[in-house]
Amino acid sequence: MTSGTVANVASAEPGIAGGAGLGGSPEPANLGDILERVLDKGLVIAGDIRVNLLDIELLTIKLRLVIASLDTAKEVGIDWWQDDPWLSAQASERARRRELDSSRERELQDENRRLRRRVQALESGSSDGG
Amino acid sequence: MYAVTADSEDPLTGRLTGVGGGQLRAARAAGLTAIVGDVSEAEFGEFTLRSNLEDLDWVERTARAHHAVIKAVAEQCPVVPMRLATVYASDRGVVQTLRQRAGDLRVALARITARSEWGVKAYAAEPTDLGPAPGRPAGDQASPAIGPGAAYLQRRRAQLTADKDARRSAMASAQAVYAELCRLAVSARLYPPQSPDLAGRRAPMVLNAAYLVPDERAGEFAAAVTDLGASARSVRLILTGPWPAYSFVGGNDAAIRDEGA
Repeated sequence: MTSGTVANVASAEPGIAGGAGLGGSPEPANLGDILERVLDKGLVIAGDIRVNLLDIELLTIKLRLVIASLDTAKEVGIDWWQDDPWLSAQASERARRRELDSSRERELQDENRRLRRRVQALESGSSDGG
Repeated sequence: MYAVTADSEDPLTGRLTGVGGGQLRAARAAGLTAIVGDVSEAEFGEFTLRSNLEDLDWVERTARAHHAVIKAVAEQCPVVPMRLATVYASDRGVVQTLRQRAGDLRVALARITARSEWGVKAYAAEPTDLGPAPGRPAGDQASPAIGPGAAYLQRRRAQLTADKDARRSAMASAQAVYAELCRLAVSARLYPPQSPDLAGRRAPMVLNAAYLVPDERAGEFAAAVTDLGASARSVRLILTGPWPAYSFVGGNDAAIRDEGA
């Protein structure tokens, strides 16, 4: 599927300007294409429902939609589109959290070890326990 | 509220149904027409909307309906699409918004008139599967020093390197494609690559761009995509559109390469 033939180009959503029929069969509109446009783009105007509240919710969805691809993108070094301030903020937040998680894990492991040692000491020190 | 057009337009609102199946109507003010439709408070009230937006099925249904309306109107006349779930308690709020934002809305309308948005995505080659071990030739000439485990690892390593090289070359192609198509567009915007789940393909997406193209250049643009697709060996290009100009009506301009305005 990598070879460069004309059939490499498929047009989806045939519509007004008659740009369809480039070869290849038309594809139904991809849900991702629609979501990234209607959720993220379009004119944002404050409705009677407060937008700052909405923004929080939309972020949750955005997270689910893009996070999987962010990691893949990082892995292969595609970061030239990352001037989206929202995405960079999410990425650094995630990195920060991961660091926190691992340092917490280390602390827990240390604590675990210390407690085990104390239990051992106590068990060997006193015969009737406590 | 779905979209805004110029006052002079009559975009067949009576014949369209919106989110939830209700009929659409026009609300006019300040020389502008807003396409609006009623939605139930049970679904779009402040608190239910909040949980509904967490439900991907609900979001998909609603997004498709929202998009269908905007697309139908865009086929009639230039239109500024609103973000999903721009909700007002009554038409009075809509009219007030039209008055307050008339300036922005007119600038946006002027920018997208006689132009359409086109999407161009590029996929790298799919990651290769590690095939079965090659059958040992009769007479077994393979070096006895390499056991099957080591041979597997060797093949695996070679395959990973090949995949990485393929992706790197795909990325370079994608950037070249992006830049080349920018020359035919008035404005361009990059989206982050979609996750494979959402895109419905296993191949990694290396380009997800939107272009604002003058309608008279639409044919040239499509032809350019076809040509680039034919000459770029490491990527597969997908053209989508024409879209209503979602990506070029405001909001985040950080990633927009534009002629100004």
